[in-house]
Amino acid sequence: MSSDKLNEIRQGKEKWLEKRSQMKDRNVKFETVSSLPVKDLYTPEDVSDLDYMRDLGYPGEYPYTRGVQSNMYRGRLWTMRQFAGFGTAKESNQRYKFLLSRGQTGLSVAFDMPTIMGYDSDHPRSLGEVGRVGVAIDSLADMETLFDGIPLDQVSTSMTTNAPASILWCMYIATGEKQGVPSEKLRGTIQNDILKEYIAQKSWIFPPEPSMRLITDIFKYAKDHVPKWNTVSISGYHIREAGSTAVQELAFTLADGFAYVEAGIEAGLDVDDFAPRLSFFFNSHIDFFEEIAKYRAARRIWARRMKEKYGAKNPKSLLCRFHTQTAGCSLTAQQPENNIVRTAFEALAAVLGGTQSLHTNSMDEVLALPTEKAVQIALRTQQLIAYETGVPNVIDPLAGSYYVEALTDKMEEEAEKYFEEIERRGGVLAAIDQNYFQQEIADAAYRYQTEVDKKEKIVVGVNEFVHDDEELDIELLKIDPELERAQVEHLKKLRQERDNNRVNDTLDALKKAAAGPDNLIPYILECVRSYATQGEIVDTMREVFGEYKERPTF
Amino acid sequence: MAGKIRVLVAKPGLDGHDRGARVIARGLRDAGMEVVYTGLHQTPEQVVEAAIQEDVDVVGLSILSGAHMTLFPKVCELLRENDAEDIKVIGGGTIPEEDVEELLKNGWAAQIFTPGTPIEKIVEWINNNV
Repeated sequence: MSSDKLNEIRQGKEKWLEKRSQMKDRNVKFETVSSLPVKDLYTPEDVSDLDYMRDLGYPGEYPYTRGVQSNMYRGRLWTMRQFAGFGTAKESNQRYKFLLSRGQTGLSVAFDMPTIMGYDSDHPRSLGEVGRVGVAIDSLADMETLFDGIPLDQVSTSMTTNAPASILWCMYIATGEKQGVPSEKLRGTIQNDILKEYIAQKSWIFPPEPSMRLITDIFKYAKDHVPKWNTVSISGYHIREAGSTAVQELAFTLADGFAYVEAGIEAGLDVDDFAPRLSFFFNSHIDFFEEIAKYRAARRIWARRMKEKYGAKNPKSLLCRFHTQTAGCSLTAQQPENNIVRTAFEALAAVLGGTQSLHTNSMDEVLALPTEKAVQIALRTQQLIAYETGVPNVIDPLAGSYYVEALTDKMEEEAEKYFEEIERRGGVLAAIDQNYFQQEIADAAYRYQTEVDKKEKIVVGVNEFVHDDEELDIELLKIDPELERAQVEHLKKLRQERDNNRVNDTLDALKKAAAGPDNLIPYILECVRSYATQGEIVDTMREVFGEYKERPTF
Repeated sequence: MAGKIRVLVAKPGLDGHDRGARVIARGLRDAGMEVVYTGLHQTPEQVVEAAIQEDVDVVGLSILSGAHMTLFPKVCELLRENDAEDIKVIGGGTIPEEDVEELLKNGWAAQIFTPGTPIEKIVEWINNNV
């Protein structure tokens, strides 16, 4: 913009300010949900440094601020992928078939806590937790049931597993073998993001070093045998749910991503051998523009670093492709129907931010796992955005908005400060060891709670617009406690019927390999094929690797 | 006047959702209580052992894994076995109203604070009941 024009705009602003300053504003803090102050008005002055080709470019072109594909949703809509799983494999298999019949386009498996933590359903620590927050998977037999009648060459499947991701991934590969689908054809994602477990989600098993080794083993195996698989879904979702701000989510997630890139390079891989298969997973919280700016900044930062710092040559290595889930932590147990509306705003932000796939939360998820009806409304919310609102017709339609561009710049700038701090602390693993991320997130969570308690932040139906005679008027899904018993019985039977000599042999071989330098994936795959349980495989590795211990602080 | 009220904030079960537990721990500390936080993935045995060792007045259980109907009774039973049933057990998390009633009715919890409860309310309850 010419300096004359800019001067004209400045003069206009002074005039406007004269009038504007006489107006009385509401007595509230004007800031984002992350407590980032925002101005009342953004003008060309706020984006006077913006260089279109340098900072935005075209969709599908560097630095990808405007999107990872050149035609975005005109080519293919985002994948509508509802996270689901409960009870035993049989119940979940039925839910997946229900979702596919309602027009869902990808699967996303939620495992129960014992499966996430690497305990079998009959372990004493699993008592009361089997099938509660996801599906219980103990062995290949359960995985076969989970995908019964769902050909694995026709769906893409995302699996939320981290510490034992290698094992569940091997079970998926082996299920494909049983269905006659070669691993080269399998499409999907394992979350496999152990760094954010130490930082926020806290479902760890092994210490960082062997955990990172398992991840680089997966990179190597996938490159040769499962080339269409996303090997890590680098996740900000849980960081945000744990209470972080939008900027912290952005910065810590990308910092984790850089740490995986460095680990891959250190393990002897070329960056372009594995970086194209890295994907991301972000939260979509309730502050509409802050979220949109966050996604746009994420794409730009990732592309710039991958190119400039890590020397990636393959354009696919530069793409920050991501899944989004609307914010569970923004939902309220009070007046739960309001959550439908919250989720709709959040989903719209994700689409305007250019997400590749999306999970919309169901209104009842603060209270229990969702009912079929609640899930259907959540899925319909996405379909409304896709087919009725007209939003997907135009690529990155908010680009050029003074506010959105200024906020995108601000996000990038603030994230860079965090990268410097992490670097100063010796990198991500060192910063985890110093409890740095954990404390930053806890501080932000506490600040937010205090603001809500003081009514500096309004949550509709919680600290404002509440009436006395409120009654919950929605049905909740109940998990039959009988399912736990059935799963334990099923597991006992498996232990009797399988070839236990073969199981022991494969576990012994894994144990020896774990103590040496070999890639562990082929060994784990052999254990899985012999119907060794996840708990047995984890125990075997735990004997060699040990266990992670946190230092609890608050 | 006796010394400060002592509270153990505990995270039993396998899930890692410690946002609520840590926020409450800090809030109670800021309200002048002595707070001990167990950290994650505690068994009921570990929780009760810590409660007795730390000589607390209140145990607060944070449960978001759906295992509350197993974990609350277990903690209460172990407290009783250790002659420590004078320690009040309270809790919070993803707990449906129906289960809250069941927990209170059976004496498996003295009070349950569901999502959206201001910390002030919890402080008030503890001050009135200890």
